[in-house]
Amino acid sequence: MGRALTFEIFRYNSTAENDKPRIDIFQLEETPRLNVFTALNLIREQQAPDLMFDFVCRAGICGSCGMMINGRPTLACRTLTSDLPNTITLYPLPFFKLLGDLSVDTGVWFREVAERVESWIHTQTEFDPQTEEERMDNATANKIYEAERCIECGCCLAGCATAQVVPDFLGAAGLNRIGRFVIDPRDQRDEEDWFKLISTDSGIFGCIGMMACDDVCPKDLPLLEVFAYIRRKMAAIGFSKKKEKAAAV
Amino acid sequence: MSKVITTDVLVIGAGLAGERAAIASASEGLDVIILSLVPPRRSHSSAAQGGMQASLGNSVKGKGDNTTIHWLDTVKGSDWGADQEVARIFADNAPIAMREMAHFGVPWNRVEGGPREVYIKGKKTTIVEDYGKEGLITARDFGGTAKWRTCYTADGTGHTVLYTMDNMVVQLGITVHDRMEALRLIHKDRECVGAVVRSLRDGEILAYMSKTTVIATGGYGRIYGESTNAVINEGTGSWLALQTGVVPLANMEAVQFHPTGIVPTDILVTEGCRGDGGLLLDVDEYRFMPDYEPEKQELASRDVVSRRMKEHMLKGKGVQSPYGEHLWLDLRHLGETHLKTKLREVYDICMYFIGVNPIKDLVPVRPTQHYSMGGIRVNKDGHTYNMEGLFALGEVSCWDMHGFNRLGGNSLAETVVAGMVVGKQIAEHAKKTALVADVSLAEQFVQKEKEKIGHLLNSADGENVYELRYEISNLLKTHVHIFRTGEGLEKATTGLQDLVKRVENVKVRSKAPGMNPELSFALRIEGMAKQALLIAQGALNRKESRGAHSRDDYPDRDDVNWLNRTLARWPDPQGEPVFEYEPVGVLDLPPGDRGYGGGQQISMEITVDEYNSRVDEEQKAKGRLDPIEPTGARLPKEAWKETQ
Repeated sequence: MGRALTFEIFRYNSTAENDKPRIDIFQLEETPRLNVFTALNLIREQQAPDLMFDFVCRAGICGSCGMMINGRPTLACRTLTSDLPNTITLYPLPFFKLLGDLSVDTGVWFREVAERVESWIHTQTEFDPQTEEERMDNATANKIYEAERCIECGCCLAGCATAQVVPDFLGAAGLNRIGRFVIDPRDQRDEEDWFKLISTDSGIFGCIGMMACDDVCPKDLPLLEVFAYIRRKMAAIGFSKKKEKAAAV
Repeated sequence: MSKVITTDVLVIGAGLAGERAAIASASEGLDVIILSLVPPRRSHSSAAQGGMQASLGNSVKGKGDNTTIHWLDTVKGSDWGADQEVARIFADNAPIAMREMAHFGVPWNRVEGGPREVYIKGKKTTIVEDYGKEGLITARDFGGTAKWRTCYTADGTGHTVLYTMDNMVVQLGITVHDRMEALRLIHKDRECVGAVVRSLRDGEILAYMSKTTVIATGGYGRIYGESTNAVINEGTGSWLALQTGVVPLANMEAVQFHPTGIVPTDILVTEGCRGDGGLLLDVDEYRFMPDYEPEKQELASRDVVSRRMKEHMLKGKGVQSPYGEHLWLDLRHLGETHLKTKLREVYDICMYFIGVNPIKDLVPVRPTQHYSMGGIRVNKDGHTYNMEGLFALGEVSCWDMHGFNRLGGNSLAETVVAGMVVGKQIAEHAKKTALVADVSLAEQFVQKEKEKIGHLLNSADGENVYELRYEISNLLKTHVHIFRTGEGLEKATTGLQDLVKRVENVKVRSKAPGMNPELSFALRIEGMAKQALLIAQGALNRKESRGAHSRDDYPDRDDVNWLNRTLARWPDPQGEPVFEYEPVGVLDLPPGDRGYGGGQQISMEITVDEYNSRVDEEQKAKGRLDPIEPTGARLPKEAWKETQ
């Protein structure tokens, strides 16, 4: 016999009339290497066929299954119940629009952020199918890849104090996305463009430095370093602007 | 009256193939809407790890590579089941597609000039990369290839390419409606004009009407239950085609089992593990692959490696575990740096999901359902058989460059190449087509779906949909797996024929309004059962062994009777499926030995020219629409002889 697990799960169906947010309780026997993905599917198949949650890859790669597990935002698919106490509480990620039960709308939020930060290579160069690719040194490619590893699960925003009070805050995921293009030599945006985009209260200067994002990121992105890099870069641009201004006077 | 949304091009599926095709149309100024079950960046393309094959030849181990050698590997890999012209179109365009993705922003790993240490066939070897190629896109080794050809970004290739592609979608302002599921195509006899769609946000049923409709929904792996596929890969797109009664699904019996799914959980660890030097070991920690495949060893094609692994386990050399029998993947010698950079996803998966540290420990693996070579049959332009205005591409389609076995790195590359090539044809089709906004036709189709939903919700008594799902997958897992027998396939076929009837009596217990996950699943179960039957019956019919289809009772590849492609349609929903066969396509490389795998062949009795002379006519008779260019136009005759 495995442990008797108690799941306390937040429930709310926004499309049902008069439905009220509540906590439902489910019992499940623990089996070896049980993770929250399997547990939730068993609960749905056997106890609550209307239970809503999101999984896609179930391998920690796609970022669909961010949720609050015992008060901490993380990926459900790779959370083993053996690492948790007998009682497991599951809430949807805060910050994002709730769709139902544990399912939140990360897709629409991330699309809007991609539009806001213009998350694409800005270049005047046309693609020529007949010529060799532009060369890039491998170290640069690896650096871009490191920043590109974000899976947009939203855990950083769920854990972020600023994001809960500043509605248009880009959060770690949004800032990291910008950082990815700042270091990409193919992107022809200049310092002025970056400054306008990031040097605002909804950008890097909105961050109050509590760095929960860095603690909770399931992909271990070096968010601390990314922020430090962006801050330094923005400060440098800011100072040079100030100097220019002083010189002009 | 239900809501009707109109667009020039409707793309169902927002993975790499669907998004690349959408970009092709949007770039031509067409109005495009993409529908997706999930936010686009969650699509299963994101989980692809290893890379994309393209014969850029920049790495020293890819020196001298060209599109012809890539094509040869692909045709041999397919066990001659591929359409050789399509394989050619693919191989010729793959280098362009890789460069285009670099231009779009993919941070491909690049050549670093000078010496570096690598593992080749179990031995540590020093190779010296050409300084002249420094900074160009590099490649790693994959199975069944003559050259190192697989372009990559560490082991997150699908992720970076999908994010880059989706960036393009955002840049072009292409509309994406996520959490939407197409339930049925709207068609006027043999002309597709849109789809009935259910919102997975609130359960609303609406109609999309389009000039051109595109299915790019990926594979059906979840029908097998144990699969490396994402949970959304339930064959919803191929089911759309099958429901029309006229569009055939091709080669459904051609199912790929990947050698290295981890035990338990069935999550994939990339072929790049073996490409980078990983070894397969048995219960005695003995490296067995060189005994079976002296030349290719761990890097024979996937069908062969999976078969050899199973064969070795049947000899009692498997490792017993509470989760069933498995073998070991040894990555320890690759070292911590390699495992934490180039195989970082693999490292994370092993650590998080099974608590195995691949730097110190062996990884438990076994062959696991991974890919469907078969799918919606299309001509070389991606246009479906028998249905004007309907296109399909990517894994959901049978274009057919993979035949009975696809090479690792060829399907991820196919998504972007087909997205480019077929995408162009989709745009051309939409440009010359007028929108048929036949709202009353749409309403008829919408009403049928609403009735179906009403029936599911209101039936007083009936079957549990989840239990039926397990019965379906158990039959496939037991009888339609790596090794197949006539007896087992009979059992599977009979069992699935029964299940096809039983799924009509599903009872949905949850009456919750909105997306209602149980109802959503109940709406897919008929498609899953029927496609499972096509897989089993197709395998039962095919009395030979070819690529991944391996029959104990018919061990030889039979080019006299079976050098053909299975086409299955379901004309009467209450009736039986209809099986037909067509030639694989124009042959250029005559059927021969693959150079690995050790199978025997029964050689063709007619000449290649005789075979080729009937291809066009016979395919046309099966409903193939005329491609823009004549059949065979892209297949340079005997170009492969120059490489011999």
